[in-house]
Amino acid sequence: MEHTQEEIRKHVKIYISVFAALAALTVITVAVSYLDLPLAGAIALALIIATVKASLVAAFFMHLISEKQIIFWILLLTFAFFLVLLFIPAMTS
Amino acid sequence: MSHDEHKLPFWRKYIFSIDHKVIGIQYGITALLFLLLGFCLMLMMRWQLAFPAKPMPWIGGFFGDALMPGGIMLPEFYNQLGTMHGTIMIFLGVVPLGVGAFGNYFVPLQIGAPDMAFPKLNMMSYWVYFVGGVIMLASFFLPQGAAQSGWTAYPPLSDIAPAGQTWWLFGMVFLITSSLLGSVNFLVTIIQLRADGLSFFRLPFFVWAQFVTSFLLLLAFPPLEAAGVLQLMDRLAGTSFFLPSGLVVSGEILQVSGGGNPLLWQHLFWFLAHPEVYVLILPAMGIVAEIMACNTRKPIYGYKSMVYSVIFLGFMSFIVWAHHMYLVGMSTEMSAFFQVTTMIISIPSVIILTSLMLSLWGGSIRFNTPMLFAIAFLPMFGIGGLTGLPLGLAASDIHLHDTYYVIGHFHYVVAPGTIFALFAGIYYWFPKMTGRKMSEILGKIHFWFSFIFINGVFMPMFSMGLAGVSRRLWDPTQYAHAQPTQPLNVFISISAWCLALSQIPFIINFFGSIFWGEKVDTNPWQATTLEWATPSPPPHGNFETVPTVYRGPYEYSVPGREKDFHPQHESGS
Amino acid sequence: MSDMIRYISKPHPVTGVTNAKLGIWCFLASEVMLFGALFSAYILLRTGATEWPVGADLLNVPLATVNTLILIASSVTIVMSWASLAMKDLSRFRIYMGLTILLACAFLVVKGFEYGAKFEHHHFPNSSTFYAIYYTLTGLHGLHIVGGIVVNLYLLFPGSAMWQTEPERFLGRIECAGLYWHFVDLVWIFLFPVLYLL
Repeated sequence: MEHTQEEIRKHVKIYISVFAALAALTVITVAVSYLDLPLAGAIALALIIATVKASLVAAFFMHLISEKQIIFWILLLTFAFFLVLLFIPAMTS
Repeated sequence: MSHDEHKLPFWRKYIFSIDHKVIGIQYGITALLFLLLGFCLMLMMRWQLAFPAKPMPWIGGFFGDALMPGGIMLPEFYNQLGTMHGTIMIFLGVVPLGVGAFGNYFVPLQIGAPDMAFPKLNMMSYWVYFVGGVIMLASFFLPQGAAQSGWTAYPPLSDIAPAGQTWWLFGMVFLITSSLLGSVNFLVTIIQLRADGLSFFRLPFFVWAQFVTSFLLLLAFPPLEAAGVLQLMDRLAGTSFFLPSGLVVSGEILQVSGGGNPLLWQHLFWFLAHPEVYVLILPAMGIVAEIMACNTRKPIYGYKSMVYSVIFLGFMSFIVWAHHMYLVGMSTEMSAFFQVTTMIISIPSVIILTSLMLSLWGGSIRFNTPMLFAIAFLPMFGIGGLTGLPLGLAASDIHLHDTYYVIGHFHYVVAPGTIFALFAGIYYWFPKMTGRKMSEILGKIHFWFSFIFINGVFMPMFSMGLAGVSRRLWDPTQYAHAQPTQPLNVFISISAWCLALSQIPFIINFFGSIFWGEKVDTNPWQATTLEWATPSPPPHGNFETVPTVYRGPYEYSVPGREKDFHPQHESGS
Repeated sequence: MSDMIRYISKPHPVTGVTNAKLGIWCFLASEVMLFGALFSAYILLRTGATEWPVGADLLNVPLATVNTLILIASSVTIVMSWASLAMKDLSRFRIYMGLTILLACAFLVVKGFEYGAKFEHHHFPNSSTFYAIYYTLTGLHGLHIVGGIVVNLYLLFPGSAMWQTEPERFLGRIECAGLYWHFVDLVWIFLFPVLYLL
């Protein structure tokens, strides 16, 4: 991986804005929790915000946005089996 | 590089070595010792089953009054032996031998790599496995003995079992960690370090099998690690992940916070343990494919369909786990789903088995010892697989669940199936590892007696299971329905002891051949794959010049060639 | 030995990644399954429970919010340490890596106060299923933080000698350490709403 100085500087700017976004989303998710939404709505909202935050971390801090194919394949496979795992609670209810 | 090797002190070269070949041999020796130990535990159980409540002659005296008063085995001790037999055979014996030993030694050689991708991590995998094994062994010396909740460790019983269970869990955490480190190493090695020209469809089937196995280990083991952590919390921190409210133990309500669910354990356990079956069997299939191609002197029939099958097997093995749990009261929809997936997963296994069987067709077969074991694998695994079908269908499973039929079924897959393939691998690759061949005569004695007696052990179990005899019975004669099958128990036990005697030629052969075996050159079997392109045993760094690959793995009996085989690394047509 | 293994510091021409990077992603894949299983266990226990407390009523949300911000900040500092190294600035790398470790320690200290307050009120893992899962998940996450601190300390001090001999490989190691650290952050991003807010 060759990075020019210019690219890295651009990266750094992105990191700072991602940090700002993450901090803002953290405050939002806490604020929303004080609104006393119905449970289903609260769960959905909190998980959506968490997923957005996680995607930001994965895409920019972990450089997934410009990652090689092989990594995507492994993550796709993992995600598929992760979904299978989430199937377990559905089976006992 | 060989200069550096000589400079290393003994303990770096043979104990804390980072050479994949030394680590492979370390895994192999340790795993064989554990297999022997697991086998011995079973031999003791067989006495109790054949002659319940009779004192065991002279061996019984060694164990003292705490375990075998007057030489008669206590039920608790019987349970310990059963639990540890399963645990040791699976997690400390077969997997480390198939993946740790053969995988470590031959995957880098077959792909033309100088070593694994992460040699230090490789060393760490072995030592973490070793520590896990020591913890398991040490648990026998606890005041109340080793774990006794079965290798499946079902709660709530395992939550309230004596301390041996805690040690079992710690041991498992180490073994799981070792497997995870190992599987990362295998994946990276196979993806990154293949020799030039060795595309994925030129890989020997053995490497494919290891590749899929590594994915299974990587993604299926963590849920068991999670379950292990939860059970440890239950046992050590007093949580109730697996303990429901109002659980009654010995007539009293257990004082816990409750609210847990024992089924959670079963789900997480079988989420690993079904893929684990394929972790056991896939390397074995890989070994058999290598040996069959070489000893029939013709290409494997349907190599590509075998590769696709093994990938498909890997996928499917993640969505069949609940067929171990038909009796827990799941909905009919769920049950139907898992019955369908279970029937589907048998298809790729059958494709692989059929391809191997068809590979024999029209070959000029050399019936040497590795080939005998490899051929025997086919019907033995076939019996194991086919007897699994009634267990995969809920209607028949309700009758057969937890009976000796199940024991017979999975032992056919693992013992005369996988372990025979592993024996085949030992006979086949011994010359590569030591530079000497094992004795054919002793090998054939070993094969034929093992083959006869191992069927004597497991075949009668199907009848016992159909008669409704439950597994894990300490004394079957106490149950009216089990009494008519008691003569079978005696027969099985005698077969098992004879099977033990049949292993003596192997032990003599194994150690004797290291010193007195017939010396062989680089390629004694005239095989095509890359491990035969380097001296026996291979030097540090494996290949003197980095090999380039020109063709597929099984180019035997190529028309118009002088030799009847065309190695992967030789150029020209 | 290691000089014979290919693609240690240079990426593989076909896959485009180094061995270490592929390895760390495989490891993270297994970690996804580990936390995924625990997450699945949480859902199973919660849906099966007759009553389930709201996290905010039992746990200290402000403290956890501060901790979330600390962890996010540490994710930024570790990625900055990688960027500094990519710009060949070892001393700035050291500052950012040191900051990452300090923030990680701060996270653990805050966590310690949180645990301490719970113990004072006699809320232990065996108090209820909610506390059981709270202690297990945060405890396991904490162990991952400790592991990260150990690795980062190694890379900050003795490990950084590699910068002089094999700079590319060292940069790759920092990237891998970063990937692990971001993953630990990512797990917390889910744990925080699940345990504290819902």
